[in-house]
Amino acid sequence: MADFEIDAAREVTYDESVSKSLREMLRKNKTSAVSLVIVVLIRAAAAAAPLYLKYNPNKHSLKERFAAPSAAHWLGCDDLGRDQLTRLVYGARISILIGLIPTSLSMIVGTFLGLLSGYAGGRTDFWIMRAADVVLAFPSLLLAMVVSYTLGGGIMSIFVALSAVSWAGTARVIRAQAMSLKEKEFVEAARSVGVSDPVIMFRHILPNCVPNLIVLFTLNIPGAILNESSLSFLGVGAAPPSTSWGLMVYRYKTYLMSYPWLAIAPGVAILIFVLAFNFLGDGVRDALDPYMKD
Amino acid sequence: MLEIERLRTHFFTSRGVAPAVDDVTITIPPKSIVGVVGESGCGKSVTALSVLRLVSSPGRIVSGSIRLDGEELLTKSGSAMRAIRGDRISMIFQEPMTSLNPVYTVGRQVSEAITLHRNVSRAEARDGTVEMFRAVGIPEPEKRFKSYPHQLSGGLRQRVMIAMAMACRPELLIADEPTTALDVTTEAQILRLMKELETAFGASIMLITHNLGVVAEMCDYVYVMYAGRIMEQAGVFELFDNALHPYTSGLLGAIPRPGGGRRRLFNIEGMVPSLLGLPRGCRFSPRCERAVSRCHEEEPELRGVAGEHSVRCFLYGGEGGAVS
Amino acid sequence: MTAAETHLVSVEHVVKEFRLSGGFRGESQIVHAVSDVSFYIDEGETLAMVGESGCGKSTVGRLILRLAEPTGGTVRLEGRDLGALDKTQMREARRAMQIIFQDPYASLNPRMNVYMIIAEPLIAHKIYNTRAETENRVRELMSLVGLRPEQINRYPHQFSGGQRQRIGIARALALNPKLIVCDEPVSALDVSIQAQILNLLCDLQRGLRLAYLFISHDLSVVRYISDRVCVMFLGKVCEIAKTEEIFEKPMHPYTRFLLEALPKPNPHARKEKKALLAGEMPSPVNPPPGCRFHTRCPKAGEICRIDEPKPMENGGRTVACHFPGA
Repeated sequence: MADFEIDAAREVTYDESVSKSLREMLRKNKTSAVSLVIVVLIRAAAAAAPLYLKYNPNKHSLKERFAAPSAAHWLGCDDLGRDQLTRLVYGARISILIGLIPTSLSMIVGTFLGLLSGYAGGRTDFWIMRAADVVLAFPSLLLAMVVSYTLGGGIMSIFVALSAVSWAGTARVIRAQAMSLKEKEFVEAARSVGVSDPVIMFRHILPNCVPNLIVLFTLNIPGAILNESSLSFLGVGAAPPSTSWGLMVYRYKTYLMSYPWLAIAPGVAILIFVLAFNFLGDGVRDALDPYMKD
Repeated sequence: MLEIERLRTHFFTSRGVAPAVDDVTITIPPKSIVGVVGESGCGKSVTALSVLRLVSSPGRIVSGSIRLDGEELLTKSGSAMRAIRGDRISMIFQEPMTSLNPVYTVGRQVSEAITLHRNVSRAEARDGTVEMFRAVGIPEPEKRFKSYPHQLSGGLRQRVMIAMAMACRPELLIADEPTTALDVTTEAQILRLMKELETAFGASIMLITHNLGVVAEMCDYVYVMYAGRIMEQAGVFELFDNALHPYTSGLLGAIPRPGGGRRRLFNIEGMVPSLLGLPRGCRFSPRCERAVSRCHEEEPELRGVAGEHSVRCFLYGGEGGAVS
Repeated sequence: MTAAETHLVSVEHVVKEFRLSGGFRGESQIVHAVSDVSFYIDEGETLAMVGESGCGKSTVGRLILRLAEPTGGTVRLEGRDLGALDKTQMREARRAMQIIFQDPYASLNPRMNVYMIIAEPLIAHKIYNTRAETENRVRELMSLVGLRPEQINRYPHQFSGGQRQRIGIARALALNPKLIVCDEPVSALDVSIQAQILNLLCDLQRGLRLAYLFISHDLSVVRYISDRVCVMFLGKVCEIAKTEEIFEKPMHPYTRFLLEALPKPNPHARKEKKALLAGEMPSPVNPPPGCRFHTRCPKAGEICRIDEPKPMENGGRTVACHFPGA
């Protein structure tokens, strides 16, 4: 329908500041606003847990093993008689960190390498992509374990380990995007007026990758949360008795038939968290999209 | 043969209703080439798609009548319409690369168009295709039968498209900017081919274009569209010799012409209005140099001035309404 | 070489070949995009580059701007060999030469507003120290090309095609260039908008003493805007001459076919038996030996198949044909 163009210029002036765009988004896009509130609430609830939760997350109680949800234990108790709700709230601390920090780290690294690879081409491209191939071909869990062990365990080592295994996917996607964008006329136009290569990479190519980055980000979060659970299970993640949502799903899935609430609660928690980020991501993408400013 | 009567095709967007085609009446007599000219957004392509009932959402044919040899097309069922497309009416598009499927040979694609509408064997369809390739001037038709679209030049691809469109000997060929993507010398070849096919097969052609040069070379009768409306219609000689509507004469004045030297080209100020915010009165009035106050208030009717020449302008024709 | 030094731009025997790494067997092919092309552009004049797709006209424009490196030959700007400049000197030289693109949609970054787009060359070359000065200049450029300066914060998609092309022109003018390469600047525009942009280009040329290399396939536009015309076919120059001469008395057979093929906006000039160019464009990977046009040329003789005609200058006209005007 090339013949049909409604898009005549409209009389509005815009502030180009990103923060204003984002505030605008929260005002207009209700889903994003609600999502942001959910994320903030989960984080706040986790941080303030000792102030309002009456149980100790690590206190065993043989009497209450596998207790069903009740007024006393809203989400029941686990195989060691620990209050499930309390553990869920405490587990959020690690899961949110694991969901966000390694994902962000790996995306920063992956984006930079992908941009460099796609824009520079030639040798640089060759070596970065071979490194990415190695990472992608290697069983990621094994690689994460190796990195994690080498760094001596603990939460920091998990961050690094999870970043090390997931940058390659981002780099691949961004490289492809950069390769197609660098052929665009507006990039040639920038080169023709004498704009330097780093400026072209970060001012022209990167902003046009934003929609992909946001999709990748929201796709990577659940992966990171679940990967962490495997690491924990293998003894290099969250050290027992502390817990995370991923680890809870992993442990309690054995009881899925007999005591389903145990695995369902953390599963639903992950779902809500990831969904909230998805909606938030959509909102951010639209807010930064010049085409949506009408 | 084809009669489009008071056709309205509107687009129902989230920002309002856009009347892309608004009360358009076009008649295409047998064995003639009728041009529909206008700039982008004037509704000429949507008119063509409406004839084939291929307007896609959010667009919808709101009212009007489209008759092929007296048969109403707008009330036909989906399958009856499919049987007509490619058989009695076919269409060629601007970009021959994107209208051919890159994973099949061109021969197969044209044969399929034939077997779809004719009860023939594959061998017969193949022969028909090769014959058609020859008719549209494709060199070495047997060899080209096995070519993939990317192996052909733009001109050859457009010939393949024409072969596909003509394969079932349609009564009407709709050509939407058929030469816009081609080079001048190839354009001249394709235009000549279309003229020859018109004579040889007795098909009528509805030629949609923005290029007045192409219109002058090809058409018998011309409709000038602007913002969903027909502004002027006339025989081709009459239109070029005696263009009445300020828009038509503006378009003609905007073409650089031999002998004109470096004189300034005629400027039609401003730009095509958004279909969502059409001006009051005559749709061309905000850009019209000769607009009077009445033009901004009410919209003129399309009125006959002489013979087959009609114009939608208060300056001319009927009702003693000439304001000069 | 003294003659060459007086020209604004002189292009001397420039060659550009692309390597296509091809096929399953991995053998690479060489595309002869531009083969031994020479011409010059003087200050304040418009030289049109005409030819059909694949003739190398756009590549020539990019070679002049050094957006592509020539495989051979020399491009001089005011006598200085651009190939001999180092990176800093080239950045400086770039200020004198700018480009306007065909597609007003693809040539503007959709995520930058008008200010950022037009200011980019000013910022890259650190012309002004403060944002206020830069913004002033941007506004000035906007009014120069007929845009409303209060639209400075809008994004490209909020403009029509013609207005976008004006933004591209403002960007090209920002550094006060002497030459603008116009790569099909009006072919994506509607007729009425095309006229506006052509008028603007003419006004700017008069006001700013710009030289244009006007790359186009549309001969009616070329006839309107150019002082001289260079016709190219398959990477070679066929003919260079003053505009009136080319249109009134074309010497090269290919030029004549181009003129004949052009649809004329006059139904009375219809010809049933137009002389049409036969056949298909030869491949630039395997250009025909001898004259590259001989496979399609009705006037071709034996010599055209063997010997490549050299561009010969005669009375200010250059023609590369064994039988010019025949």
